[in-house]
Amino acid sequence: MLTIERALVDQIIAHARADHPDEACGVIAGPIGSDRPVRFIAMVNAERSPTFYRFDSQEQLKVWREMDDRDEEPVVIYHSHTATEAYPSRTDVSYAAEPNAHYVLVSTRAEDETEFRSYRIVDGEVTEEEVTVVEAGA
Amino acid sequence: MAIEVRIPTILRNLTGGDKAVEGKGGTLAELFTDLDARHPGLRARLVDDKGLRKFVNVYLNDEDVRFLGGLDTPVADGDNVTILPAVAGG
Repeated sequence: MLTIERALVDQIIAHARADHPDEACGVIAGPIGSDRPVRFIAMVNAERSPTFYRFDSQEQLKVWREMDDRDEEPVVIYHSHTATEAYPSRTDVSYAAEPNAHYVLVSTRAEDETEFRSYRIVDGEVTEEEVTVVEAGA
Repeated sequence: MAIEVRIPTILRNLTGGDKAVEGKGGTLAELFTDLDARHPGLRARLVDDKGLRKFVNVYLNDEDVRFLGGLDTPVADGDNVTILPAVAGG
């Protein structure tokens, strides 16, 4: 299960809406082992594409270093689908390399409603999980 | 002196849990072959028959080696190599 503060959900959705029709992507870092997403980091989609995303490799190195220095890990890795449902694509599964991360997918295909779903992707196997949205400080 | 190689979480099962290992070689390709002798299986996770795997980012002293010389990039004692899984998808 993913437990996440409402403000972070809103930030992910705002980023996805802002970059639509291209895919948006980013990370929420949290203390190692806490399973708690805390620090929102919007990343550049180096592909600037409506069907693909890739973290810019130089920006990724910088952000991963920062997390290392702060004893954090990527608790959430999110990206948007802009024309299809919020379910991991075959490419998403083949690239997934963070077994401890919650892979959050949002879909901006409908204008008035944003799907928000979360998955574990381990060894090529996708498992959807429940998302519990909490208020700040809860 | 040697070349320090930082290993991402997903590959630490091949390094006995170590976050960083040391190796030697004149190019990145030689370094990976050297590492594979002590950490069997590591090279196959980084390289396929077409070169550096697209799922992997390799940095030499913080520069993405794709913009240097790929597997032919020269390396030397004292260099730092960082391996990160690429974060990408569709």
